[in-house]
Amino acid sequence: MAKAPDFEVQDIGDYLVTPPVMPDSMAHSQPFVAKKEHQEALGFPGELIDNWQEVAVAKLGELTKKYRGLQVYLDSCVKCGACTDKCHYFLGTGDPKNMPVARQDLLRKVYRRYYTLPGKYFPKLVGAEDLTEEVLDDWYKYYHQCSQCRRCSVYCPYGIDTAEVSMAAREIMDTVGKGQKYCNEIIGKVHTLGNNLGLPEKALAHTLEGLEEDVLEDDGVAVKFPLDVKGADVLLVTPSADFFAEPHIDGLIGYAKVFHQAGLSWTVSSHASEAANFGLFIGSYENMQKVALRIREAALELGVKRIVFGECGHAWRVGYSFLNTLAGPFDFLDSNYPVPQHIIEVTHDLLKQGRIKLDPEANDDKRVTFHDSCNVARASRMGSKAGGQFVLPREVIKAACNNFFDMRSDTIEEATFCCGGGGGLLTDDLIELRTKGALPRMQALKEVSDQHQITHMAAICAICKSQFSKVLPYYGFEMDQIISVHQLVGDALVMNTEH
Amino acid sequence: MGLALSVILYVTLGVFIIGTLRRIARYASTPAPLKIPTTPAPTTRSGVVMRLGREVVLFESLFKASKWTWLFGWLFHAGLFFVLLAHLRYFTEPVWWWVALLSQFSPYFGMMMLIGLAGLLARRFLVDRVRYISAPSDYLMLVFLMVIAGSGLAMRYWLHADIVQVKEFALGLLAFDFGILSFNPILVLHLLLVAFLLLIFPFSKLLHAPGLFFSPSRNQVDNPREKRHIAAWAKSANTNSTEKSRG
Repeated sequence: MAKAPDFEVQDIGDYLVTPPVMPDSMAHSQPFVAKKEHQEALGFPGELIDNWQEVAVAKLGELTKKYRGLQVYLDSCVKCGACTDKCHYFLGTGDPKNMPVARQDLLRKVYRRYYTLPGKYFPKLVGAEDLTEEVLDDWYKYYHQCSQCRRCSVYCPYGIDTAEVSMAAREIMDTVGKGQKYCNEIIGKVHTLGNNLGLPEKALAHTLEGLEEDVLEDDGVAVKFPLDVKGADVLLVTPSADFFAEPHIDGLIGYAKVFHQAGLSWTVSSHASEAANFGLFIGSYENMQKVALRIREAALELGVKRIVFGECGHAWRVGYSFLNTLAGPFDFLDSNYPVPQHIIEVTHDLLKQGRIKLDPEANDDKRVTFHDSCNVARASRMGSKAGGQFVLPREVIKAACNNFFDMRSDTIEEATFCCGGGGGLLTDDLIELRTKGALPRMQALKEVSDQHQITHMAAICAICKSQFSKVLPYYGFEMDQIISVHQLVGDALVMNTEH
Repeated sequence: MGLALSVILYVTLGVFIIGTLRRIARYASTPAPLKIPTTPAPTTRSGVVMRLGREVVLFESLFKASKWTWLFGWLFHAGLFFVLLAHLRYFTEPVWWWVALLSQFSPYFGMMMLIGLAGLLARRFLVDRVRYISAPSDYLMLVFLMVIAGSGLAMRYWLHADIVQVKEFALGLLAFDFGILSFNPILVLHLLLVAFLLLIFPFSKLLHAPGLFFSPSRNQVDNPREKRHIAAWAKSANTNSTEKSRG
């Protein structure tokens, strides 16, 4: 980091100490508000409408009738406090409105005021409040300090998922014209160009050609990176960061090598050149579906038999949990394979079948730990058994690398901490929040590094990779210590020319 | 005395039953448009039944979250469960054998309730995070429950109520035959607070009891790839035919 941060980065210090409550310590943090054109492109009002209170309250009522989860979650919380020390943003900032229950209460107090009897007649007694400008400001600030990672929902005795509440709140804010620039601008790009980065087809083609040259140069193998190839067996849908960003791109090279070595014909689509689906983050079913449908359209257009997702956390949530609902049925694909499949599932299967071979010694210069990405861990699955999302990536890593060590058990698998940049918060205007929110993960990484001289942390999410590249240096690590799981795979893959 | 209490109990019980059923109907009829179980989640229906069973009986998730909250919460709820069963002795004649057995131990269950409630209340005062999220009603509910448990215990050990008469009154309630109840302030307090909790049940956080069973993060089967999940309002938006998508 060349530039010193204009906020104080907490010392990593003792492992996982719950901070005291420090009211309003993050009250200054909020992302840029979406501009008129970003809002209108998604069908939302360009700016805060005049009768926003009325519309917001009505929208809240509408959402409780559309989403059982939201209705049950708003009613059921008993304020037991189980979730209060579970959010990485609370642990990293001490701001009490970052405790999951308090974050939910920002919406719940309005729900109670307008939609429950005690809230109508005894608001003070039950903590109900009018929807005022101040409350709207709090919504905007604190629903953009939630990465929708679902860690709180693991510990809630009723499974209350703050992600659902924060998505509803963001949808309400979009509806009254107060959207977030980062998410809405990006979703607009996907609707018009097909990916978050706004890469036109030509640039994508050029990039993929360049990758072919690089791999040929480095490994002497003519690995292809096909684009829009009709009749390919596999459509690879991967986060567009894989095409450009470090360390993502080495993961993409890993997928391509696996396909090459296994003799699978595959292609990327310029129409669905994005696995990420930020429609999820803003709670907009319509936008999420519109983005998801591009994958269906591409699969039909190219006549593929399988859909495989690259390494991306929330994309895998949308892919695994929602794609069939939003864009199915996929009866036109090969029914021998799940739709969609994760690239880790593909590699794992190929390893088991002996169709590819890894030489773990190739990674002997590395000592690796694994960061479970939140959406993969708590909102999806891999393989046929519950919990496969923890087992499969670890088995793939261990096959690719001799020195693997897990972080502390209360910071991995279902208890994993968000990287701090998920849920539509991976934007520079939230860098303080992102850095502080990474603290619990950094503490666990520090601990395992001290014990096992860890050199690298592998991840299977584009957001995690970007986020860690940015925040690792704030905590005394190197930015290139974060790598793709498929970088390990690509480096260890035994390449031969039999195919 | 008996008549007034009877009317109050009928009315509040009516509100409780109708209000809670309406709430449950609302939960049951509101669609869950997307698959959102907190994973790892069971991949079969019977697995989900087990998961909910563990939540209801053992408070599995709370155990993962906080051992103290789990201990106090579980003590209170388990105590309440057995105390309620023991109260069946006022409504059965002859008293079922296992109810008679349970009521031998009901003071211990009452103590479990009190200890649990005291612990939960102490957390509200002592833990800064829990204090921050507590509204006046959160304290009050705990206090009311403590007074209910305390008054029950008081009548068992100290200010005895006329048990025979209470039982006649209770059986009378069941038969819509208003009985007599001589004035005992502790008993009246006990019954009125119970009536009050019944009254607020469908409008308050006490809805967590039915809510758990309708929580999609806990009651959904993890099988979205195997079985296409479509909810009512999203149906019209999800009629993708191969032809339509090509166009």
